[in-house]
Amino acid sequence: MKAWLTSTVAASALGLALATIPAAAQDSSAKAPDATSAAAVTEVAYTPDPGAKQGGAIVITYKDDVATLDPAIGYDWQNWSMIKSLFGALMDYVPGTTTLRPGLAESYDISEDGTVFTFHLRKGVKFHNGREMTADDVKYSLDRVTTPKTQSPGAGFFGSIKGYDQMADGSAESLEGVTTVDPLTVKIELSRPDATFLHVMALNFSSIVPKEAVEEFGADFGKHPVGTGAFKLAEWTLGQRLVFQKNPDYWRDGVPYLDQITFEIGQEPIVALLRLQSGEVDIPGDGIPPAKFQEVMNDPEQKARVVEGGQLQTGYITMNTQIEPFDKKEVREAVNMAINKDRIVQMINNRALPANQPLPPSMPGYDKSFEGYPYDPAKAKEMLAEAGLADGFQTELFVMNTDPNPRIAQAIQQDLSQIGIKADIQALAQANVIAAGGEKDGAPMIWSGGMAWIADFPDPSNFYGPILGCDGAVPGGWNWSWYCNEELDKKAAEADAIVDPAKAEERAKMWSEIYGAIMADAPWVPVFNEQRFTMKSKRMGGADNLYVDPVHIPINYDYVFVTDVQ
Amino acid sequence: MIAYLARRFFQSVLILLGVSLITFALLYLLPADPVRQIAGRSATPQTVENIRRELGLDQPFLVQYGRYLLGLVQGDLGRSYLQRSEVTTLVMARLPATLLLMAGAIACELALGLTMGLIAAVKRGTATDQALMVGSFIGVSAPQFVVGLLLLYVFAVRLGWFPIGGYGTFSHLVLPSVTLGILGAGWYSRMMRSSMIDVLRQDYIRTARAKGLARSTVLFRHALPNAILPVIAMIGIDIGLFMSGIVVVEGVFGWPGIGQLAWQAIQRVDIPIIMGVTLVSACAIVLGNLLADIVTPFIDPRIKLR
Amino acid sequence: MSDQLVSEPLRSDAVPGLRRKGILAQLLARPLAVVGLAIIVLTVAGALLAPWLTPYDPNDQLFDGLTLEGAPMAPGGAFALGSDLLGRDLLTRILYGARTSLIIGIAANGVALLIGTLVGVTAGFFRGWTGTILMRFTDLMMAFPALLLAICLAAVLSPSLWIVALVIALVNWVQTARVVYTETSSLAQREFIEAERSIGAGTLRILFRHILPHLLPTIIVWGTLGISTTVLLEATLSYLGVGVQPPAPSWGNIIFENQTYFQAAPWLVFFPGAAILTLALAFNLVGDAMRDILDPTQRGRLS
Repeated sequence: MKAWLTSTVAASALGLALATIPAAAQDSSAKAPDATSAAAVTEVAYTPDPGAKQGGAIVITYKDDVATLDPAIGYDWQNWSMIKSLFGALMDYVPGTTTLRPGLAESYDISEDGTVFTFHLRKGVKFHNGREMTADDVKYSLDRVTTPKTQSPGAGFFGSIKGYDQMADGSAESLEGVTTVDPLTVKIELSRPDATFLHVMALNFSSIVPKEAVEEFGADFGKHPVGTGAFKLAEWTLGQRLVFQKNPDYWRDGVPYLDQITFEIGQEPIVALLRLQSGEVDIPGDGIPPAKFQEVMNDPEQKARVVEGGQLQTGYITMNTQIEPFDKKEVREAVNMAINKDRIVQMINNRALPANQPLPPSMPGYDKSFEGYPYDPAKAKEMLAEAGLADGFQTELFVMNTDPNPRIAQAIQQDLSQIGIKADIQALAQANVIAAGGEKDGAPMIWSGGMAWIADFPDPSNFYGPILGCDGAVPGGWNWSWYCNEELDKKAAEADAIVDPAKAEERAKMWSEIYGAIMADAPWVPVFNEQRFTMKSKRMGGADNLYVDPVHIPINYDYVFVTDVQ
Repeated sequence: MIAYLARRFFQSVLILLGVSLITFALLYLLPADPVRQIAGRSATPQTVENIRRELGLDQPFLVQYGRYLLGLVQGDLGRSYLQRSEVTTLVMARLPATLLLMAGAIACELALGLTMGLIAAVKRGTATDQALMVGSFIGVSAPQFVVGLLLLYVFAVRLGWFPIGGYGTFSHLVLPSVTLGILGAGWYSRMMRSSMIDVLRQDYIRTARAKGLARSTVLFRHALPNAILPVIAMIGIDIGLFMSGIVVVEGVFGWPGIGQLAWQAIQRVDIPIIMGVTLVSACAIVLGNLLADIVTPFIDPRIKLR
Repeated sequence: MSDQLVSEPLRSDAVPGLRRKGILAQLLARPLAVVGLAIIVLTVAGALLAPWLTPYDPNDQLFDGLTLEGAPMAPGGAFALGSDLLGRDLLTRILYGARTSLIIGIAANGVALLIGTLVGVTAGFFRGWTGTILMRFTDLMMAFPALLLAICLAAVLSPSLWIVALVIALVNWVQTARVVYTETSSLAQREFIEAERSIGAGTLRILFRHILPHLLPTIIVWGTLGISTTVLLEATLSYLGVGVQPPAPSWGNIIFENQTYFQAAPWLVFFPGAAILTLALAFNLVGDAMRDILDPTQRGRLS
């Protein structure tokens, strides 16, 4: 998930509910391993809230403008779940969890070797413009998101589909591997087994869009979205407000509960909080501002309306393995032992948990028993001396210049100075830090805050490729430590080839080992995993996990309701 | 007059061309790669190159600039990299808010500045005069973001008299207008004072007094209208200061105008928007200067149109 | 504000204030100027003597600097003006921040004056194509909204103290250029210049002996007033995050860093804000008094 964050509060939440159960295992429990096309799906039963009431309208506020609602392009944390409520994709998640369930496809079959997926579409799903969805729409949508003309940031996720390379270099107009068997059946062939494929089919980028609407609006489709989702866009006043209205023809019965959602733009988090307290606003979309956090949590009445959840997020310091002296492992280990993570967490009002490995706790593959590096400045100094740098050295620490990141950087700077490392802080605009990180000798150290990695989908491989794999260690890449371990790359590919859901545990274990090996090499210092806090008004109802929904941020618009109707 | 206008128009076009070239060049030189911003984190190098090609950002500088100019001539300010909407649409949607804010600021400036200047001139040499002049100095020296935050804190947060930022009603307009207008009020009060002093020294004023007209009549019916003119002429120049001020003031108050748009665009390296707002601002400044230069000779015959 | 209108230029013999009576003495006769000077002296003293005036280091993040919950401490007690979000003493940072404001303010203004004078003199004296091109270029620069231009420039060049000063100078030289141009061009047409030329005096000689001395009052006035503008611009750029970068203290970036806590800890905005206002005000007061002394024909007319 793209994380254009400007504060620790304004961060997306992905999953705490089913913390250690690998996502894929929940679904195809009835799969026969030797059949080529056994009906391989079991919809995990989701019991809707019996107390849910129909009707009502809510107000949600955001500070930043919503860029676009085009599912092929939208990659901000604001529009991510708006798009989820306006559009649908073949796969979906059980509300409040990271468990996959069928979406627009009511069932699917996977071939034995895991490279052919056959999706059976639901009948009678209507787009907001009234037309029924067919397999052609699926093909059109997938072609659209992978063609260079659309300039989709998410095109790369579809790399495992056969014919992707030809789409990417422009030599093909359509994905070879996607075929419409009949109006309600789509067959997708992969060029290699991909354990993350079903998650990719649940991403916003895989949303199904109607060709005629896209052609009618052209590049402005993002301002006039037409999808199959629970809500439709009723009004958009640029820079001020968006209004969603219930889709009466939504294919899922009973939802959404709300009639209308109004998003007010340009609201400072502090103003939003004050308006929440006065009853004008139901959810401050950017979360609780740090300045008010203590005050809110100290008030029992307000605290009761705050839901806390984990996120699939880690904040870390990267050390550029191509720049001296970070090419020495002892130096990197020393840095790992020099950082006082508890103090940093305290600086951000304890809104995070100290981290000792790259993966966040709610991600499959997280190793609870992993100990990591202890906070031991004395030992750190020893290690530096071992590396021949007893007198320390001078370096630079890059950081994004919006609060609280410069503060965190200064805390890191102080920790480093305790062991003799003098780090000059370079606080720059986000884009400039990213540019520096993408250059081989651009940035020796980077604090990832504000740009920190958040998983696009709840799978351990998402934390590897772009930021720790060899593929990311290229100019303009996001592997800011320029760490490239070919062995681990191979192991990662192997792990991702394990598509059999029954072997999900084994796959998770492989990933744990991979990340353990990474920590042994220590290109990063994992510092903390942010928690997410959503505050709601008194009238909002629904299970807690809907308010820290891993996939729908900040809340699952489809399933929440208000209690003051009827 | 026509010749003068024609000449100024031609000069203005050249100036705006120059502004567009310099801004384009500066943005071209930015170390941050806008394509990376658009492509996001999970994009493969291939995707990034594709996007770069689609947007024409792999072309040499002059080609890119040429294409931009071509679009400009047709009224097309390009498309935002990140929002994919036309820049013209985005700017037009937000321009009314900025214009409203500027109107409010001008109203404040004039109300405050003219009043202060008038009183100071009439009470020239007294403590009141000194105090008012110090006040005007403070107005000119105060950083706008501090004034904005201060007003917000005292009048909105603490006293609750006004909403805490935002847009929509008259009470939303008050604090941002005052913030933006205090700077101009400082200038205008001093100008008004000296202008008024000059006018009050004129023979015709003394004649009017000698004729027995009441002091207030003389003041308001004879002196004031003449004194105001030079001040009014300066409003056009103000536009330049406004264009800088709105970036900060709209940010502090969450006012949905083009200043806020520009600031967001700068943070996200959304070059077409930055270009668009800069050009629109430059247009406004050039127009404002032109207005002031045209109006002034009518007011002060010593000054000729050059 | 810009001197857009062409008003009565300086008479060739009107260099009243530069007599040996001393500008200082004249300044001290004006109460407002005295206030301004006093503030400047105090600020400079504060900046220079900072290490002795406070026991803290501006970059020291003190454990006691934050409450148990991690919030900044209010003024009073160990921290005279309170502490900031990292537990650093605010007074200390303000004192060291004075160095930043003064250095950048004066340096940037100096460079702006230099550029502006060069451009203005060249255009005014040599006229012709050179003059036209230079003045058109000046018009062009005036059409830019200053802050936007400064932000763009700062984004292109990586931030450092001197880059910030340079950026501010590049944005600010235009005012001086226009005024100098006006003065120079009218001066250059005086008869005594013709006379000098006819006896074969070289260009440089004319420039240095006849033109520049007459420009001096203007330069001094604009120089002083200009520092107020540059101080404000530096504060604004730092407030927006594109000026002086933390942890180096600048009054603007103190507000930038701490503004999210503004409602809970308003002193973090007010004290640095007051400092910016006071210093800018001081230079404005002194500059205005200078103008009264050196250039009475311009008194109060156009700021």
